[in-house]
Amino acid sequence: MESALVEEITKKFDGATPRESIDHPAVNIPVDLLLSVVEWLRDEKSFDLLMDVTAIDWSEDASPRFTGIYHLASTTKHEYIRLASNCEDDVEPELPTLSKLFPAANWHERETYDMLGIRYKGHPDLRRILMWDDYPYHPLRKEFPLAGIDTDLPAADVAEATGAKVIPAPMMGGPFHAPQTGAMSKREPRAADQSWNEAKPKPSTN
Amino acid sequence: MATENNYAYNSKIEGDLVVTKLDTAINWIRKHSVWPMPMGLACCAIELMAVGASRFDISRFGMEVMRFSPRQADCMIVSGTVTYKMAEVVRRIYDQMAEPKWVVAMGACASTGGMYRSYAVLQGVDRIVPVDVYISGCPPRPEALLDGMMKIQDKIEREPSVKNLMNRDMHKAPEKKCKPAPAHA
Repeated sequence: MESALVEEITKKFDGATPRESIDHPAVNIPVDLLLSVVEWLRDEKSFDLLMDVTAIDWSEDASPRFTGIYHLASTTKHEYIRLASNCEDDVEPELPTLSKLFPAANWHERETYDMLGIRYKGHPDLRRILMWDDYPYHPLRKEFPLAGIDTDLPAADVAEATGAKVIPAPMMGGPFHAPQTGAMSKREPRAADQSWNEAKPKPSTN
Repeated sequence: MATENNYAYNSKIEGDLVVTKLDTAINWIRKHSVWPMPMGLACCAIELMAVGASRFDISRFGMEVMRFSPRQADCMIVSGTVTYKMAEVVRRIYDQMAEPKWVVAMGACASTGGMYRSYAVLQGVDRIVPVDVYISGCPPRPEALLDGMMKIQDKIEREPSVKNLMNRDMHKAPEKKCKPAPAHA
């Protein structure tokens, strides 16, 4: 999607390239320019609201594997812009923190760290925010199954008293979600293929 | 002169005396004074609030005393999705409740994990606390919760409460591990 703003960014910042997008203007930004671009957008172009900090995991064998995504909005001009920055390291991805420019980035980045394992350099308090502190995985990474992976309960004494563990959830023909087509009355969440479950595996087709 | 047939308790004859079994008396008292500990974790908690509000009015059962302190409650209503992160808290609050205590798993999530078949959700609260009544529905209507609470009352009515009082080991406390006595020199 072409826009004057994207052209201006690519002219002003060497290395920034237009990014394909079907909704709002988007730019690829090299990691080392990210902070200066965001600061320039905030101070010169009145993009005063940080909407999203998230990331994409392209898959285990892709390189670059992780792309940080930032959505900025302007409350005065009613415009959006998307910035994307590839992480250089595929194993220990790292991005600069925006929390010095936008206080809202603080917990957004904590969430992205929690779910995808991207470390934000210079973040004042990079802890997990959704899962418990010593959870060993990053659930939104591509190799992590939706059902989860066997681990220990966060509380050792409760685990000892009850014998409970964190177990993979039974998928039972899932994933379990609402169909996106058909009459509203038929759209309650359901497993898509109820012919199999954990006790009765799906008959192999090959 | 009409004669009266007194098949039941007659205050003119028996005065202030009622003959019954201790079990029945204790259970009757407990049954009509269930104090819920609301464990409102998700949407089901809204239905739980509706039960407390005027249209459904849980006070008809003497259960309107929702206590937000486990020390003053004896029936935990787990209403909502229990995540693994919250499971610890649910269990700890259950442990802090005074005996005798009961648990109601309200709705699909508390009973089985519901539609959340995912890495973050405890698949049924009965893995960490003993559940007495499961209520189906997503969310259950307030009437369903009231029905479940009536089932709890029926269950309380049938308990051998005197025997339990004498035994006092319904939920065994963990054994104390004492340090060995120092050997005499």
